Parts: sequence; C-alpha cells; structure tokens
Amino acid sequence: MTTLREAPPAAGPGPSQAGPPPRGPRIFRRTLAYVSLVAVTLLVLLPLGWMVTSSLKRNNEVFTIPIEWIPREFRWSNYVEIWEQIPMATYLGNSLYLSVVITFLQVLTGSFAAYGFSKVSFPCRDGLFLAYIATIAVPWQAYMVPQYIMMQRADLINTHLSIILLQAFGAFGVFLMRQYYMSIPDELCQAARIDGLSEYGIYRRIILPLSKPALASLALLTFVSTWNDYMGPFIYLTSNELWTVQLGLRSFVGQYQADYAMIMTGAVLSVLPVMVIFLFGQRYFIQGIATSGLKG
Amino acid sequence: MAHVMTHPAPGGSQTPRRRRAWRDTLIGWSFILPNFLGFALFTLVPVLAAFALAFMEWDSANDPEWVGLENFARLWNDENFHVALRNTIYYSAGHIPLTLAAALGLAMALNRRLRGVEFFRTAAFFPYVTSLVAVAVVWNMLFNPTAGPVNLFLEAIGVQDPPRWVASTDWAMPAVIATSVWRDMGYYMVLYLAGLQTIPKEYYEAAMVDGANAWQRFWRITIPSLRPTTFFVLVMLTIQSFKVLDLIVVMTDGGPGRSTLVLAQLIFREGIREGEFGYSSAIALVLFLLVFTVTVVQFRINERRSS
Repeated sequence: MTTLREAPPAAGPGPSQAGPPPRGPRIFRRTLAYVSLVAVTLLVLLPLGWMVTSSLKRNNEVFTIPIEWIPREFRWSNYVEIWEQIPMATYLGNSLYLSVVITFLQVLTGSFAAYGFSKVSFPCRDGLFLAYIATIAVPWQAYMVPQYIMMQRADLINTHLSIILLQAFGAFGVFLMRQYYMSIPDELCQAARIDGLSEYGIYRRIILPLSKPALASLALLTFVSTWNDYMGPFIYLTSNELWTVQLGLRSFVGQYQADYAMIMTGAVLSVLPVMVIFLFGQRYFIQGIATSGLKG
Repeated sequence: MAHVMTHPAPGGSQTPRRRRAWRDTLIGWSFILPNFLGFALFTLVPVLAAFALAFMEWDSANDPEWVGLENFARLWNDENFHVALRNTIYYSAGHIPLTLAAALGLAMALNRRLRGVEFFRTAAFFPYVTSLVAVAVVWNMLFNPTAGPVNLFLEAIGVQDPPRWVASTDWAMPAVIATSVWRDMGYYMVLYLAGLQTIPKEYYEAAMVDGANAWQRFWRITIPSLRPTTFFVLVMLTIQSFKVLDLIVVMTDGGPGRSTLVLAQLIFREGIREGEFGYSSAIALVLFLLVFTVTVVQFRINERRSS
C-alpha cells in the first residue's frame, strides 16, 4: 500500500513523487484525511439530509425531542399524496416549459451573437459589446421596475411570454460564449473562408462543434437558474395554472403551515430535477463558473 | 485579403474593399441581431429608463413629470429607506466575511489529491443548486424556535434560552445570514479551488525544508498566493450582498416588523406593489451607486497593493 502511488483523476503522472515527506504511516494519514472530508461534507449536507428524511415522516414526527434523524417508518405515501393536494404536475410542467424554452433561446441567440462579436469585424462592434458588459454590472434589481412597466404596457403581465422575453436574451450568454470563441484561433476561420465556406457555414460546421463544452456550460447554468428563479415568476405570474414549482411550493407553505412533512416532500420534488441534471453535467457546470466567474 | 493593399489606389480598387466592409457589417449584424433585439428592448432600454425615471415623478395614476432631485429629498426623509439601507449593510457585513471564510475553508479541506475527492466537491456544491424556496423552507424549520434542530442542539450544549431566530427582530438577520452563507459557500469554493491549484507545489516544499509549520505555510504562502482570487471573490460577494432580494422575500419577507427589510425589497415594494415608478427608481439608483462605488474602491485598493 505504501508503495502504491495515489492516482489523482485529473493530474497526469507528473514528477510529484517527492510530495511532502511522510511523517506517520501513510495509511493512517489517509484515513484521517477521509474522516475529515466525510465530517465536513456531512455538516454541509445535514440540512438537505434532514429535508429528505422529514419528507418521509408523518407531520407530527418532524419536530420531535430529541431529533429523529431516521424516521421510524418510511411514509412513501407522502410522495403520492402531494400530487393530489396541490397541482404539482402543472407546476413542474410550467417550470420545465420555461426552463427549456429560455435555455434554448439563450444558447441559440447567445452563441450566434458571440460569433458576430468575436469572428466578424465591423464598425461599432466593440462599442456594442461594451453595452452588453455594462449592463452585466448593473444589478437586475435596479431595473426591474422599468421592465415591469414595459410588460404592463404590452399587456403581458400574467403570461409565460413575459418571463421568456425578459430572460432569454441576457448579456451573460453572449459574454460566456464570446470568452470561449476568443480562444479558438482566427486562422481556423480564415482557412475555412479560403475554402469557400460562408460565415454561417463556419459558425455551424466549425465553431459550434468546437464549442460543445461551452454550450453545455451555458445550457446548464441557464436551465438551473431559470428553474430556481423565484422573483421573475413571483412578479409576473398571478394565476395558479401558470405557476412554476417554486411559486407553488411557496404558496403551499403559506396555506398549510403545519403540514411539515408534506412541505418537505414538495421541497424535495422541486429540487430533484435540478440535482439530477447537476449530477450528470457537473463538469460543465463547474467549468462555466470557474471560467466566467459570473452567474446568470 | 483587403489588408494586403496598404495603399489602395484611388477609384477602381476602392470599391471592392468598401463593398467588402459593407458585407462584413451586414453579416456581423445578422449574427448579433436576434440576440440584440431582445437585449436592447428588455435590458438596455430598462437600464437607461431606470436612470431617467429616478428624476421623475410617476405613479400608475398620473403621467410622468420631471421633478429633478425631489425623489432623493423624499428618500432622505423616508424612515423605511434608512432601515433598509442599514439592514443591507448589516447583511453584507455578515455575509461577505463569513462566506469568504467558509468557502476558503471548504476549498482547503477539499484540495487534496485523494481518490474520490470529486464526490466530496460535488456534495459541497449541492446547496448552491438547491432552489431558494427549498432552502428557505428547510432553514425556517431548522430555526424553529421551540422544536427546531438548531435550538435543540444549542440547548443540548447548555445554552439557556436560545434565540427565537426568524421569529425575533434581533435574530432574524443572523438567521438569514447563516442560511445565505450555507447556500453560497460552495459557489465561491469552486473559485478558490481553481486558485489553490495555481500555487506551485515547490513553494510548500521549500517552506517545509525551512521548517515552517502548517499555520505559517497557510499565512505566508497560501493567503498571499490567493490574493487575486480573494479580490475577485470579494468583489462578487459585495455585489451579491448589496442586491440581496429573493432569499429575504421567501424566508422572512422583510420581517418580523422591518428587521430584515433590504434595499432591493424596498424597490420591489414601492415600484411594483405600490406603482411608485419614479420614487422606486431613485432607490434603485442609490443601490446601483452603492455597488458601483464599493467595486471601484476595491479595485483601487487592489491596484495599490499590487504595485
């Protein structure tokens, strides 16, 4: 065991053999490291764990003294009953619809515009891009009122369209994609031009396939932030049948304050889709954050 | 290509070049337009309008009217504004240092070359992808004054009469801050992990040869090497803290009383609930200037330290 080299998943076999000089037996130190990792992780995940176990209890079992971390009997029926108690399917459907449409539009128009901003040169291009950057620096909270007035005048309050229009053309997508396109050498595009490919052809056949990781990052970040968005739907959607899962859950909490277990069941259901998506695409998700350092 | 001709002859050869520039402009705009239309209409125009509206009086009943600085005079005497400003600063003063410390701590703990460390990193990031509504629901229950796990724990370690958290005016803000630190630390941890990976191993090896202990290595090598990351995290955290809105709306809705009312929420209440478009835009302008000033100051300090 002591002669076995640790195999880090990311780093290649470098000249790292030296490392810090081992003080104690290696296996002991490694166990200690794992124990501390598990302790830290448990502490971070404790609230989420409590959410999940509480969702499998009876309402009167959630707050017991002392705390029961594992329910005595698992009440899976909570997960059946919640669909009857609130229109959960409608809420989930609305959330899915908004998230998919907004993500699609954001990725499509964002990557298209980013090509114009990075690979085609024309007058005013950089000034125009500066306008994009400048609005990223203004907090959304500072211009939500003018947006609201516009939507009110356009008679779009209480429609899904209002949320789509406001969120699908954000500057963030253009910014993230442009960052990535700048790293693709211009010579590649020049060569394709000489070969007779039009600019649209270069975008579709060369740039898009090359930028799959960035597209995935943008798609995931947009999807998750739309799914989790509260203020947008809260401001614009008033009828129950248009509500997203976040609004539905919030109103459920207001209506049935003592249905603790049921509330937790709803919370788990609202988080589950995003968790699954995050687990599958976490690499792109974290890349997107680490490279841009900005969020939607 | 066009740039080969450094001195284009007048007349004949000028035309294809100009035509080419025209073509590029058309093509460039065709790429940008689909996004730009939406962006200009729904972001750029509202941003510009927000600045103009701050100097107008306009509510849903009456037509807009230019009033100069009147909105700001009204702000000066508005007690709600004072409370919201104070609370925003209170929230930031807690949220910024605590999130920074927690994120750095997590990153240090998870910056190990161990098999399976990826799994722990993913787990530490989980709170950040959890929706705010779920976060608020869970933490409100955790902070339940009589039977919540937080207070049960405090009683178990001997705290007499633990705080009533979101049910009390004094402790609601600390509860909100604790919740937000828990949610955001995973995000900034990612940035710190990226920063930690840029520190050359040789620094530590040299320090260990010189007999520096772990504490000294942390303060003399890790912290100075992370300065660019810390600066970036600090700027992001500041902006994020000043504009806090959704967490407050779902967790306490500004209460109890006005104990957690923040600036962004005041904008929302005055502008969208009350229809005071002009007045709320004045508050928005103050919020923007606040964020802007703090960011500029941070950049200045960073420049001075680097030189």
